[in-house]
Amino acid sequence: MPGATQDRRPASAQAFVRQGPAPAQPPPASESFAGGLRGNLFGDWRTSLATLAVLTLVGLALPSLLRFLIFDAVWSAPDGELCRAPGAGACWAFIAQKLPYFIYGSYPESQRWRVDVTMFVGAVLIVWLLWLDAPARRLAAFLFFVAYPLQGFILLHGAPALGLPRVETHLWGGVFVSLLVASVGMVFSLPLGILLALGRRSRLPALKLACTGFIEFVRGVPMITVLFMANTMLPLFVPEDLAPDRLARPLIGVALFASAYMAEVVRGGLQAIPRGQFEGAAALGLRPWPTLRLVVLPQALRHVIPGVVNSFISLFKDTTLVAIVGIFDFLKTIEAARQDPAWAGPTISATGYIFAALFYFAFCFGMSLYARFVERRLGSAAA
Amino acid sequence: MSDHMSDPAQDAEGPAIEMIGVNKWFGAYHALRDIDLIVARGERIVICGPSGSGKSTLIRCLNRLEAHQSGRIIVDGIELTADLRRIDEVRREVGMVFQHFNLFPHLTILENCTLAPIHVRKLARAEAEELASAYLRKVQIAEQADKYPGQLSGGQQQRAAIARALCMSPKIMLFDEPTSALDPEMVKEVLETIIGLAEEGMTMVCVTHEMGFARQVADRVVFMDDGAIVEINRPEAFFTAPKHERTRLFLGQILK
Ligand SMILES: Nc1ncnc2c1ncn2[C@@H]1O[C@H](COP(=O)(O)OP(=O)(O)OP(=O)(O)O)[C@@H](O)[C@H]1O
Ligand SMILES: [Mg+2]
Repeated sequence: MPGATQDRRPASAQAFVRQGPAPAQPPPASESFAGGLRGNLFGDWRTSLATLAVLTLVGLALPSLLRFLIFDAVWSAPDGELCRAPGAGACWAFIAQKLPYFIYGSYPESQRWRVDVTMFVGAVLIVWLLWLDAPARRLAAFLFFVAYPLQGFILLHGAPALGLPRVETHLWGGVFVSLLVASVGMVFSLPLGILLALGRRSRLPALKLACTGFIEFVRGVPMITVLFMANTMLPLFVPEDLAPDRLARPLIGVALFASAYMAEVVRGGLQAIPRGQFEGAAALGLRPWPTLRLVVLPQALRHVIPGVVNSFISLFKDTTLVAIVGIFDFLKTIEAARQDPAWAGPTISATGYIFAALFYFAFCFGMSLYARFVERRLGSAAA
Repeated sequence: MSDHMSDPAQDAEGPAIEMIGVNKWFGAYHALRDIDLIVARGERIVICGPSGSGKSTLIRCLNRLEAHQSGRIIVDGIELTADLRRIDEVRREVGMVFQHFNLFPHLTILENCTLAPIHVRKLARAEAEELASAYLRKVQIAEQADKYPGQLSGGQQQRAAIARALCMSPKIMLFDEPTSALDPEMVKEVLETIIGLAEEGMTMVCVTHEMGFARQVADRVVFMDDGAIVEINRPEAFFTAPKHERTRLFLGQILK
């Protein structure tokens, strides 16, 4: 039969030899933003249903929220009179009037420039440090970690010799104390945490036991307990005249508490470094300490950025607990201002707490965004 | 590069490596059994043997990534003991290349190569970079210097690892299965780099199953089984007339 000799295999199974070069083609155009949005939100019936449900919920809550926060809000008023009117929304006038108190606590009015200068210098140094491409970041680190604490202490606490009257710490309060507690906590908890994590992995049994014991003990008690212990026990252990200041005690407590958590975060990162990295470094003649500093820690810390930021965020929020041992942090100043009879009214507490929530959220979300940015940068560097 | 040549003054010191009655245990497991091996300066040794026979363990004892428990190991005239200073000295003389490269992923290829010269040999950065560029050119990946290890092919990574070891100007190079994690088409480029080194007179000990390579560069082939050296011979004799039954079996399996 003539047909039988024909090749009956499907075309795809036939041999193929390309005759010319395969021309390069441009990649397919990426979707427009609106198109992508439509696809993501209303891709199929299940996504559409979820989108609609969420939109309905937002639609129900949003108008009354906006009315309270913006349209019915009282923006300026000399006292609580207007805010007490029926149907009045958030009393932003209260926040505006109490703002200096929220920021400085009872720090004497004539000396508040000292707080301003300290916060400004701190902000500049932090931006310098966090901006990854900034010049001379080593200098920034030195200034921030060594010079700045000294400057801050002298300026805030005062040095009569320099013509700066003393301002005792019981007058300190507000945002500036919250930021102080948080930054001392962060600045000390990371290096302390690294040391504790290394100690816990040490081959020296005594060191290992001490670090493990510290971490487990501090993690095993509530932060409030640590604060009370710092407050009441530290003075017992050191001579009367050397007893740490009443603000320094919770600072130490917060730093120690945070470092125990940090240690476990860092240890997770150390655990993830493969043995080959240690061996590669050892074979090159690197001693254990340089190996740690140059090879292991940079990689381990990169792995744990999300965990470190997570710890920083919870530390930042936990600073509100220092109020329990009598420190006037930001939240405590709101607590106190809310009791002012001149401003008494049904919306004052809500306004104060919303303001506090916005403050804490802005800082924590900022940290989270920055961490994501750094991760992306490092991720694209060492793919 | 002239610094690879062992200079005659040091030849007078004796062999590059001496292992005398070396034993090593992992817990109760006897991993190295009475190892005697002397490697002359400029000699190229290939070690082969079945998996688990102790090849890696042997080569890792030579720069004290593993500690032996009895016998003596003398590298470049320095006896390896628990003394940290001697371990440092030996590691400065001995370069090592691993199966899985062990490059530092957070550093660029150039930084991988300059790290030890700067922090161990205390070279100035500029000098270290010049040295590193020269070796990267030599292994033919100069254009990859600013990339990170993750952006390179396996063969390129292994050549970078070789350059990194060479930057310490070692007198002896150890290779532990340098090509067995590579795709076949990359094996050749790495082997050619190693052959280039061999031709310059570098003393080397190489664990490998690349028998063509062994034939071409080895002065002697060492066959290990169950933690012991079973046979040492010149490559022609080793491949054509293996004396030991185990060697014949092994060669039969891998050459077929
Ligand atoms: N750190 C260790 N702890 C316990 N046992 C080990 C350790 N390293 C190696 N061994 C054991 O020692 C023996 C020799 O291992 P080695 O890695 O030297 O073998 P090898 O010849 O290199 O094998 P391969 O060809 O698979 O790499 C093996 O049985 C292995 O299980
Ligand atoms: Mg091995």
